[in-house]
Parts: sequence; C-alpha cells; structure tokens
Amino acid sequence: MSNTTSTWDYAPAPESAPCAIADEYGLFINGEFRPAADGRTLESIEPGTGEVLTRFALASPADIDAAVEAARAAQPAWAALPARERGKYLFRIARRLQERAREFAILETRDGGKPIKEARDVDIPEAAKHFFYYAGWADKLDYAFPGRSAAPVGVCGQIIPWNFPLLMAAWKLAPALACGNTVVLKPAETTPLTALRLAEVLQEVGLPPGVVNIVTGAGETGAALAAHPQVHKLAFTGSTEVGKKLAAMAAGTGKRLTLELGGKSPHIICEDASLDQAVEGIVQGIYFNQGHVCCAGSRLLVQESVQDEVLQKLAARMQQLRVGDPLDKNTDVGAINSAEQLATIQRYLKIGVEEGAELHVSGADLALPTGGYYQKPAYFSGVQPAHRVAREEIFGPVLAVMSFRTPEEAVQRANDTPYGLAAGIWTDKGSKMFALASKLRAGVIWCNTYNRFDATSPFGGFQQSGFGREGGRHGLKAYLQLQAWETTSD
Amino acid sequence: MTERLPILKTYKLYLGGAFPRTESGRTTVVEDAQGQARAHLCRASRKDFRNAVVAARKAQPAWAGRSAYNRGQILYRMAEMLEGKASEFVDALAASVPGGSTRARREVDASVDRLVAFAGWSDKYQQILGCQNPVEGPFHNFSIPEATGVLAVVAPQEEPLLGLISLLAPALCSGNTVVALGSESHPLATAIFGEVCATSDVPAGVVNLLTGQRAELLEQFASHRDVDGISAAGCSPDEKRVLELGAAGNLKRVQVLALNQEQDWYNAQQRESPDTIEAFVEIKTIWHPSAS
Repeated sequence: MSNTTSTWDYAPAPESAPCAIADEYGLFINGEFRPAADGRTLESIEPGTGEVLTRFALASPADIDAAVEAARAAQPAWAALPARERGKYLFRIARRLQERAREFAILETRDGGKPIKEARDVDIPEAAKHFFYYAGWADKLDYAFPGRSAAPVGVCGQIIPWNFPLLMAAWKLAPALACGNTVVLKPAETTPLTALRLAEVLQEVGLPPGVVNIVTGAGETGAALAAHPQVHKLAFTGSTEVGKKLAAMAAGTGKRLTLELGGKSPHIICEDASLDQAVEGIVQGIYFNQGHVCCAGSRLLVQESVQDEVLQKLAARMQQLRVGDPLDKNTDVGAINSAEQLATIQRYLKIGVEEGAELHVSGADLALPTGGYYQKPAYFSGVQPAHRVAREEIFGPVLAVMSFRTPEEAVQRANDTPYGLAAGIWTDKGSKMFALASKLRAGVIWCNTYNRFDATSPFGGFQQSGFGREGGRHGLKAYLQLQAWETTSD
Repeated sequence: MTERLPILKTYKLYLGGAFPRTESGRTTVVEDAQGQARAHLCRASRKDFRNAVVAARKAQPAWAGRSAYNRGQILYRMAEMLEGKASEFVDALAASVPGGSTRARREVDASVDRLVAFAGWSDKYQQILGCQNPVEGPFHNFSIPEATGVLAVVAPQEEPLLGLISLLAPALCSGNTVVALGSESHPLATAIFGEVCATSDVPAGVVNLLTGQRAELLEQFASHRDVDGISAAGCSPDEKRVLELGAAGNLKRVQVLALNQEQDWYNAQQRESPDTIEAFVEIKTIWHPSAS
C-alpha cells in the first residue's frame, strides 16, 4: 500500500467558539451567586491538560441550610403558579441552552474531558431536549396518571455524577420543576462548571429565586444535603456503593428516594448478527465517553463460532479510534475525567492481567498529549465470569470479552450480576432478539444498537442498578405525590 | 350423654405448595374470645422463611412466564375458592377480631372482590403502565412492566384477611412470587388462606404463607439477599425503619403502607389502583432500529 493512503494524518481541528471561564465560581443560592460561608474553595482541573481550570466554592453545612431554606421558601409560590406558566420557564431554559449550545459544549469538554463532538452532539442537545420535553408536561400532569391527582413532593435534593454533568442536571431538574418542586442540586466535585453556567441561564430566563439552588463541593457536601431534614425527596446518580449508603441514611425518615446506580452491562453478539455493525455497536457501547457511562456495554458476550472474527474486526476498528485532545473535533476518545479515575482504571488493567486475562491495548505507537489524563482503549480476552474485570464496574474504556455457545447460556451469563441497568443484543433474527430481550434482567435493552438516549424514553435499572425511572412519563412519578381521586360511592 | 369433644386442628405453614410444620417445632394455641382453645398454629422460624424464599425464587420465572390470561384465571379461581370457604373465614375472624360476624362477613366479601379485581387487572396493567416512546431518530422504542421478582410481604395486624390479600393480589397478578407473614394478632385467616391457595391451581412456591412473630422475622425479611422487594402495611415507625434499613443492603424496593384504619382497606379506588401494581414492577425499555 502506498504511503499516500496509509498515512494521511488528520490536521488538528480544535473547536474555537468563545467560552469565557472566570477565575472563581460561587454557590447559586436564592437566585444569586455567593462564596461559601467559610470561604473555602476547591480546584477544578481540566482533564485534557491536567492544569487548574478555575476554583469553585466548597459549600459548608451553613450553605446547605441556606440553600434548602431558599428552596423551601420558594416552593409554595412555584407550585401555585399556573401550570402553563411554570412550563414556560422550562421552555425558555431549553431555548437558551440551544442558543448557547457551543459555549456549553466547550465548557463541558474542558471541565470533564469528553470529546467535543460528543458534548456538542449528545450532551448539550439532549439536555435542552429534556427541558423542552418536561416543559410540556407541566400543565398535563392530571393526564399522566389517570384516576390519581398529582401534587408536588416539596424540596428535592439531587446529587449528580461527573460523566454527563449538564445532561444529568437536566435529567434531574426538568421533571422536578415541571411537577412544582424546588431543588437543591449538588454537581460532582470534578465537573461543576456547566451546572453553574446553567444557573446563569436560570437568571437570564427570570426563574424565581430559590426554585433552583446549586451547591458545589465534595462527597461530604452531598451527604449533608442527603441528610437534611427539610429535603423531602432525594435523587442520586452515581455508584451502587454510595447509593446503598444513601438508602440506609434515608431509612425510617420518610424521605422519598430514587437511585440511578452502577452497572456491568452485558453486550451479546449472536453468530447471525451483522458483524460489522455489531463491532460499531461494541465501540459505541464501551468507548463512548471514555467508558464513563453507567450503562456501558462493558461485558462482551460473543457467540463462540464468531468470536475470532469479531475480535479481529474489533482490534482493527480500535486502531482507527483517535485518542487525544478533547477539544479536537476529530477526537473519538478524550481524556479520563480525573487522575483518581485514571488510577482506578489502571489498577483494573493490572488486576485483569494478574487474574490471567489477556490485555489488548489499541494504538501502541499512538502519541498521547503530554499533559492530562489519558487511557488508550483496551479489552481483555480470555476472561472468566468470576474475574473481577468481569464483575466490577471499571468506568473506563476497558472491555471484558467472554464467549457463549447457546442463547440460553448467553442469558444465564448476562444475568449473572447484581446489577441490571442495560444490555445489548445483536442478531438479525427478530424472534431470537425478543426472546433474549424478555429474559435479560435490565432496565434498558438496546437491540442492534447501543447507548441511545432520549428524553421521552424511560431510563433506569433493575436490581442493584437502582430504582426509579428518568425520562418519559415514568420520569414524572418520583416527583409527584399521587392520590386516588375521592369518589362518592353508593 | 356427654358433649362431643371437638377436633382441634393444627394449622401448618404453606410453603412450596405443601403444608409443612415449622422446622423449629414450635406451635402456639389460638384461643377464641372466651379463652377456649380453638386451634393450634405453627410459629415460623427464620429458617422457615429462608426455605420459603428458595421456593419462591424457584417458582418465579415460570409464574412470570405464564400468560397474563392464565394468571388472571388463577386469581379468579382463588376468589372462587375463598367464596366457597367464606363461612369458615367469617367464623375464624369473628372469634378473634372485635366486631363479630357482621364485620367479618364484610371483610371476607371485600377480600373476594379484591381478588376478582386483580384477576381482571392481570392482562390490562401492561397497557396502562407501558408505552411506546416517540424518540428522535429511526428507532422503535417501547417500555413494558416486568415483575420485580420475589417479594416479602408483611400483612397488617388489623383486617387480617383483606390486608393480606390487598398486598398479595397486585404482586401476584404481575408475576411476582411472595413469602408473606400474616397478622400476628389475628393469624388464623392467614393459615386458612393457605388452603385456598392450595386448591386454586396456584403453582407451588408462588404463594408462601407464614404465621409467626414480627419481632423475630422482620429483620430477616429485610436483609435477605435473595428477596427483591418488601410490601408491608400497618408497621410501627421502628418496624418501618428496620425494613428500610435492611432493604438498603441489596437495594430492595420497599413500600410500607401507612394504612391502619379499616376504611382505607375498603377503599377500592385506592387499593385497586394500578399504582398498587406499579410499586412492584420494573419498567424495561427496548430500543430497536426501524431503518434498514
């Protein structure tokens, strides 16, 4: 093959829309930005470079109190607004997010490390869509649950993770607000910036003060919010370990709880699948967002008869993945979110090798940026179901490959997990697909596709992947008190 | 002529489709209001509970796999058998619960009707709780409810039959299997209800009924790792906390109804709402491309 076709290089194509970042960010309480009561701050690191991007307030218990009090004070008037008017605020938020989408995409990529094309094409548009979708529910709640009247729950404490910062804020805020609740939102320690920029949007659209309050900080900030006696409902997206702690904390308090937790989602490739498309699905399933996806297809189950062919195609496809500068529009796999997460991933790579699995890392000669946190996409072959890399959530671009002989065995292996968030199935035979889909214990099943999301589509787990649904009509339920209509019988 | 000595029945547990004695060998005497011995009853142990969970787990996939129509017919058959044994239930309840046979008759009638209501729900709630979702892009996307799995049921102390059936029926109609602890204060109705289940084509292990003490069993109900959900009613704040705390260990779905007053159990609008089914189903969303 001649050099002209084999070594064409991509020119750098950095996204360059303007996106100012201040030196320091405050808490957003009662419609205004303010420093933490005790003046403490944390650094936000840019994962693509490893440099400090900005500083933000570390909320103290007094700040949590103030935020919850602001939400409590604002709630009756917010709930009493004509529902159409409440919805119109959400429509306005959606519109402003669309208008400022490029700015938000850059901020998301710089703060979190995800490829700009994903922030631009998935995170920001889906966040806007989520507000638009739930905006329209605000004045239709009496139709959502026939036979039952709907009232808001009150003050919601919402704790979100760092993998889809703005999108998770939208998933949490939009249904809560549409239903007449007020919110104290706690963004993740490593990715607070898009939530705080969303607070600017909330000011722009004139959202009444106190309806949304944003408290930044670390784990103890979330714990203080979760434990606050005036918080009526707690929504958490994050690890199963923390989810269990929150469930134990909420026991006996009367607090309502929804949890979107971890996963080790099986991705099943049957021998009759369209293998080239399946390989695209595998890549989308585990390398999307550096594998920082709770529903990542991190356990590949390939039918034995096609395993060699699938792995050859996968290895070839992985060589084409561009790993590097998150701001480059050609980048497929960006930066790992933090030094801590990179260390976790590398620990699992070591564990997998020690357990006897064979590690394959793409792009041995690929040059990575010098600063920042990067991990080349990897997979393990020769994995046994009992291996830790087959059972534990790694939350990185690392795939565990196993095989199966019959669809029954695939189901048995797929369900052999305490999790139950998502699953993928690739086959060209419809009856087999639906037979598998009905037997897999998971809340989202992707057939001949993977990692698709939509505001109208309920998302959430079975078993220890949590409970409650986000998206669609089902996503309203956690934010409403439903009462059977009083009837006068006889 | 001497008065005939009645035969006092010993009621056993209903477990895996059979009527074993408690493995612990413990029994208690059930007395009527006059303090006369009426029957003997097993006092279930934690080991009995664990055995029941094994039976419920084994039965669950096949129960969920039956057609919705078939589950509905079996619930209806339970209503038929309960109706047929109505006078036995009225006697048992009237002897134990204040209010006499008039009250007891009302409770039994309402219990039969509740089973009929959920016999009807079994092939309809899917269309109420499920939906097709208008996602962006060339995908067919729909959401369907599936059974949560194995449930531990803690029946209320009062309205011992109606309360038990009000928790069992919604769980069963959607394909869950259950291990239930009946009312501790008025346990006889639970024990007799096992005989209804055993003669209603309910597959072995789908319903398992224990009589015993909350103080002994609740913590085990809450913490058992192979139980997927807890449906309880009429609990004290302490009991509620025990259930929720234990449930956190494997993230069981928990619903503890704050119902205590009689009229709530008779409120069909509330107790036969699809809400009661939704508490113990999991919504599964399936995506499929619709373009070639």
